[in-house]
Amino acid sequence: MDLPTSPRLYAYTGGRAFDAAKPTVVFLHGAQHDHSVWILQSRYLAHHGYSVLALDLPGHMRSDGPPLETIEAMADRIAEALRAAGVGQFIAVGQSMGSLIALELAKRMPQAVRGVALVATAFPMRVAEPLLNATRDTPGEAMDMINIWSHSPSIAGFDRKPSNPGPGFSNMWQNLRLMQRIQRRNGASVLPTDFVACSRYAAGLETAAALQCPVLFVLGTSDSMTPPRAAKALIEACRQPRVVTLPHAGHALMSEDPDGVRTAISEFARRVFAPAS
Amino acid sequence: MPVRYPGFDTLALHAGQPPDPTTGSRAVPIYATASYVFDDSDHAAALFNMERSGHVYSRISNPTVAVFEERMAALEKGVGAIATASGQAALHLAIVTLMGAGAHIVASRSLYGGSHNLLGYTLARFGIETTFIDPRDLDAWERSIRPDTRLLFGETLGNPGLDVLDIPAVADIAHRHGLPLLVDSTFTTPYLMTPFDHGADLVYHSATKFIGGHGVAIGGVLIDGGTFDWMDSGRFPTLTEPYAGFHGMNFAEESTVAPFLLRARREGLRDFGACMSPHTAFFLLQGLETLPLRMQRHVDNARKVVEFLGGHAAVESVAYPDLPAHPDHALAQRLLPRGCGAVFSFNMKGSRTAGRTFVESLQVFSHLANVGDAKSLVIHPASTTHFRVPDEQLEAAGITQGTIRLSVGLEDPADLIDDLAQALKRAQKAV
Repeated sequence: MDLPTSPRLYAYTGGRAFDAAKPTVVFLHGAQHDHSVWILQSRYLAHHGYSVLALDLPGHMRSDGPPLETIEAMADRIAEALRAAGVGQFIAVGQSMGSLIALELAKRMPQAVRGVALVATAFPMRVAEPLLNATRDTPGEAMDMINIWSHSPSIAGFDRKPSNPGPGFSNMWQNLRLMQRIQRRNGASVLPTDFVACSRYAAGLETAAALQCPVLFVLGTSDSMTPPRAAKALIEACRQPRVVTLPHAGHALMSEDPDGVRTAISEFARRVFAPAS
Repeated sequence: MPVRYPGFDTLALHAGQPPDPTTGSRAVPIYATASYVFDDSDHAAALFNMERSGHVYSRISNPTVAVFEERMAALEKGVGAIATASGQAALHLAIVTLMGAGAHIVASRSLYGGSHNLLGYTLARFGIETTFIDPRDLDAWERSIRPDTRLLFGETLGNPGLDVLDIPAVADIAHRHGLPLLVDSTFTTPYLMTPFDHGADLVYHSATKFIGGHGVAIGGVLIDGGTFDWMDSGRFPTLTEPYAGFHGMNFAEESTVAPFLLRARREGLRDFGACMSPHTAFFLLQGLETLPLRMQRHVDNARKVVEFLGGHAAVESVAYPDLPAHPDHALAQRLLPRGCGAVFSFNMKGSRTAGRTFVESLQVFSHLANVGDAKSLVIHPASTTHFRVPDEQLEAAGITQGTIRLSVGLEDPADLIDDLAQALKRAQKAV
């Protein structure tokens, strides 16, 4: 569905019509991605009692406008759209760059956000200068590097089970083709813009410390983009952190361990939306 | 650690299969089961509704078959693959996923006889029309596209004259018209060429041939490059509009890069049912493990045999794109730098009798209807694989009554050449 905002902001609803009266899960993807990285988790939650909005971020795939240059601007745009759509209580689930947006969204909508789930996160989320330069100068090579670093090392990136979204699929090549598609559809500026936004984001610790809601961290032990140690400062800054560590999973956690991520998020959602006893 | 993907040889051995977590089995186990026990009712519902990954029924997916699919996807650089009962089943699955009655295909006329029959006669009966064109005539590809065209289709190396499909040029034409390009890559395998690197959108193989290599199992595989933007094209409602057969699922919303495979598995494999058995997948995986070694030897042997035939007095011509005289030599150098495979044709001097005597005199080469086996094979296309093709189309495809097709195997090349020499001598005497 398109959220009632301009420029157009697209959200996948998990195969069920969006119902603002239900507790909602908002999914926020990472750099050079779109909603489809959450295919199994979003579809599962939409069929298990929640409304789901898995967004295409501004300037990504089906959402219009240029990519936004700061995490704060992305959060502003999304908050505006969620309010316009009448979204009530929700949890914000973000991966990588999306995890930083989830933090800022919680800061902007403290009454609505019941919990924040940060998947494959880090703070600071600085992108190394050579990689940043490659996103501008040799984007094809940059996407290959990102793709390799996003998955378990060596052959493990090609043999994960269960396959995502089902038997017969290649996690590695799906991720590369998605990045390439976004480049073709939305332009070459998306990837460097996203990476600069991640690098420049400076408010992570203060924002995390001010959160009143529970915060879930879902981290992969084979994540070489945002290794678990890089989330330590954020975890320590949160008042109510809960950490789930998924063994042998890389940065592309949702495809490398779809069941682990689904279980972590659905248990978190059940807990934060449970009626107070 | 180097920033690179694992190499082809490594993927051929490992992709799609970690050691079995239950038994530690290093080899891929044969999961000979029709169905799979659910953890509980919620698990069952989630698997059926595509909320979780897993197996329900072996017509739709099977763990052994999935290893083969994922290994082929890894080697071809595709977003995924679907294994089928045969190469013909893979071609059928691709077509029926994309279109129905009232649609049109533009296809190379240099096709395997079975594919030609499917397109020219069988699918026509179901309302899907095909225009066959000379694959070297790029204007003909473009000229033949109509408003109802939904697919361009050719073989990487045309059967049997080895026309090299100019994939970059034909893909460019297809994409300018919002259409995908499907290629049959059976003769080249991903070792010699990865068509997605050159612009193709869908690839299929008769895995019975070089992929298996042993000639013991019939199978096919259809791979999606994930490169074609179905949404942008606007010509494929089966992928971009709600599907009543799966609770209104819009496959392009579910997956940005793999809606084709989702629909093909959830509809075509489910409803037509031309799936691969786990035993077949196991056989094909045994072959796939040595594909790079075998293909290089096939090519090396083929080059020696071609050189021998090219210099023999009883041979009129040899059609092999490695040869400078072949019309596609320059294109082959660009698209097939590792070699042009091991299946090729040559024309003998003399009558049909000479051809028959030649085929029947061979001792090492086996006279049968297959290619890509580890053992060398021979056949007379005009009376066998292409016997249903009208004479004028045979001629256009470069097939005469004197055309002999060889599939060069892995034997000692000296033995192959000796065998051909004695058979040619007998054939000359028979004239």
